[in-house]
Amino acid sequence: MEENWAKKIRGLNLKEFLIEKLLFASATISIIVVILIFFFLFSQGALAFREISIPDFLFGQSWQPTSVIKPEFGAVPLVYGTMVVTFIAMAISVPIGIIIAVYIAEVANPIEKEILKPIVELLAGVPSVVYGFFALVTLAAWIQQLTGTNSRLNALNGGIVLAIMVIPTIVSLAEDAITSVPREYREGSMALGASKWETIRNVVLPSAAPGILAATLLGFGRAVGETMAVLMATGNATIVNFNILDSVRTMTATIVIETPEVAFGSLHYHALFAVAVFLFAITFAFNYLAGVVMRRFRRTGR
Amino acid sequence: MSTKIETRDLSVSFGDVQAIKSISMKILANRATAVIGPSGCGKSTFIKSLNRMNELTLNSQTTGEVLLDGENIYGNNYDVVTLRKKVGMIFQKPNPFPKSVYDNVAYGPRVHGIHKKEALDRIVQENLKKAALWDEVSDRLHPSAMGLSGGQQQRLCIARTLAVEPEVILMDEPCSALDPIATAKIEGLMRTLSTEYSVVVVTHNMQQAARVSDYTAFLYLGELIEYGSTKDIFENPKNELTEKYLIGKFG
Amino acid sequence: MNIKLLKQRIYFQIFRITTASVILFLFLMIWTFISNGIGVIDWTFLTDIPRRGMTEGGIFPAIVGTIYLTLGAVAFALPVGVASAIYLVEYAHEGRLLRMINSAIINLAGVPSIVHGLFGFGLFVIFLNLGTSILSGSLTLFLMILPIVISASREALLSVPKSFREGSLALGASKWQTIRHNVLPYALPGILTGTILAVARAAGETAPIILTAAFFFRPTLPKSMLDGTMALASHIYYMATQHPNIALVRPLTYGSVLVLLGIVLSLNLVAIVIRTRHRRRKNW
Repeated sequence: MEENWAKKIRGLNLKEFLIEKLLFASATISIIVVILIFFFLFSQGALAFREISIPDFLFGQSWQPTSVIKPEFGAVPLVYGTMVVTFIAMAISVPIGIIIAVYIAEVANPIEKEILKPIVELLAGVPSVVYGFFALVTLAAWIQQLTGTNSRLNALNGGIVLAIMVIPTIVSLAEDAITSVPREYREGSMALGASKWETIRNVVLPSAAPGILAATLLGFGRAVGETMAVLMATGNATIVNFNILDSVRTMTATIVIETPEVAFGSLHYHALFAVAVFLFAITFAFNYLAGVVMRRFRRTGR
Repeated sequence: MSTKIETRDLSVSFGDVQAIKSISMKILANRATAVIGPSGCGKSTFIKSLNRMNELTLNSQTTGEVLLDGENIYGNNYDVVTLRKKVGMIFQKPNPFPKSVYDNVAYGPRVHGIHKKEALDRIVQENLKKAALWDEVSDRLHPSAMGLSGGQQQRLCIARTLAVEPEVILMDEPCSALDPIATAKIEGLMRTLSTEYSVVVVTHNMQQAARVSDYTAFLYLGELIEYGSTKDIFENPKNELTEKYLIGKFG
Repeated sequence: MNIKLLKQRIYFQIFRITTASVILFLFLMIWTFISNGIGVIDWTFLTDIPRRGMTEGGIFPAIVGTIYLTLGAVAFALPVGVASAIYLVEYAHEGRLLRMINSAIINLAGVPSIVHGLFGFGLFVIFLNLGTSILSGSLTLFLMILPIVISASREALLSVPKSFREGSLALGASKWQTIRHNVLPYALPGILTGTILAVARAAGETAPIILTAAFFFRPTLPKSMLDGTMALASHIYYMATQHPNIALVRPLTYGSVLVLLGIVLSLNLVAIVIRTRHRRRKNW
């Protein structure tokens, strides 16, 4: 094994060096991509503000980019649409998600756990367009039967289907948070005579609260960014009506619907990028907050 | 009696914590040298600096020199891969790879370029015999090594190290996770191996050091307090601290 | 004492019912797809091209298109993703650069798919002039699934015990030899699981491919990477909302939904099975 060892070592070292550099290049692609996306979106979106004033964009109540008479680029109807649908979705999915997480983590027996966890994962695996189709055809009909509304496709429809889509996100993160509460806390509570439920309510859940909060924030981010399901479920009318049984239009749907029709370089084109930047900013903020909460959690709450 | 490894003013720190301070000593070839001392005295850090495994820990800083056959292993031109081939290490907790017994022993030779079956077969058998394990595993070379007992696993790790033809064998408390019978077998190996290789053993068990080694070094709070032949150290310690440790005043 | 237990039982029952309801919803949804769509699926449906303005015939080009787009995305994402993960876990030192890369990955994962789509449209379709093509679509999907592959690979690599690396290095193996022979083989199941989930995700995405690769109606198969294509996900969208006669083609739409769902859920199941089996067989 000793002959040619020096020569071999030199060759080996060169190979090692090259491999390390190659791997490094791959890792930096992620940074490059994020910067690229950021830069590209911002630059294209900023061009819109040569002609539209920022207050008009942020507070304008009318989104009529294709109007021949007077095109308007007010984002309020779009933001309203996104927010209504998101809030309905979160109102449904957060309590249900936490309940399911508690059930899986604390109540279900091992066999149930083995079955439930994959099913929740499968729930997350269903493509968004499939959920959208279901909402469009079946869910809308149920809602119409129940409420007698005129607009079949409305915010409630979008909110419900979005809730189903967000539930797996909340369940998996909340369940992680709950199971990472140390056994000693539980045992201490039970040793004092508390029932299992009392332990969960008074010890486990408060202890897992930061993780559950982070789950909610991430769920928010996911809901805001969802496209196809809400596109197919909400009717896409750019009106602000404060009636959840009325049609709405989200930011995401706007981009999908209008991009194929824009003239490259037109004001409309840039305005859509501006909407995308706005959307990116909102989801980024939620994801960032979730990260902050998780880091605090890891540092203080064991 | 030649010097195999010489350390000159060797100091290692991790961040702000100084683990060993200015250790200078000569480890002789083809002898067994024990390193003893209370917990936290730096024995592990010391032995890991002899094959540069300390560098795997973040923030480690090493100053001073370690000369293997006269060459400083921390020098700019010294290849760390070659070093670790020459200076092998047995860890405190046996760490066989989750491969077969055969593949564990053949791992080193394969990585160094030997692929012929006949050569590998010979190497595996030879080194399992040297590690006093062949009789127990000759009929189960291919099932996973994870099924062996703790003592067998540690002997497997020794066979694995021997297979790369080292000159020095470092052992970092190799018996602390093992039962007395397995320990006795490994202590026997330490003696037989020291005739062919230079063996350095870190141990917290003084009696083991007395049984197994020719030379003993006593470390306390990162410094080398006393070093000499095992007989001298145990029967006639020159330093008060050494004496106190040996009679059990602290552990 | 009894009241406590009674309360508990009631609460836990409510939780059980809630959980069951959500699962029931899922099964109900799948059931409506199956009952409405299974009649449509036969060999012709899967292998024929659409005919008569897509009121008849099959969805073969859409299936092929989905496969091309997905394979294209994974062909980029797998090497780049695994290589990145190896660097991040085995080579990178703590510091600003590492933190930046890690947060870049997390951010990339949080970008809504439509934003990826718009970016892909602006950069690949328009700026780089690749047009509405499989290449544009694959590159866009690649960016979308990259963080998934990286995260899964990272986790898999981190789960390999440090002692394996130490033992190998102590025998005089180089860093790369150690990774290749004593780390990667044990991380492979986790990497595989992550990749399969990434494939399932890419196959189901609609918004990005509508903007970069998909056509409503293309009876012929794509001839090159620069060709546009039909795809299952976009096909469902078009058939459900843009087709001139939505009600007439409803059964065909259900059929397409079943095919897409079948593919995606099977992939997810395979990934879950691999993960479970690996966890059980792990003997370290």
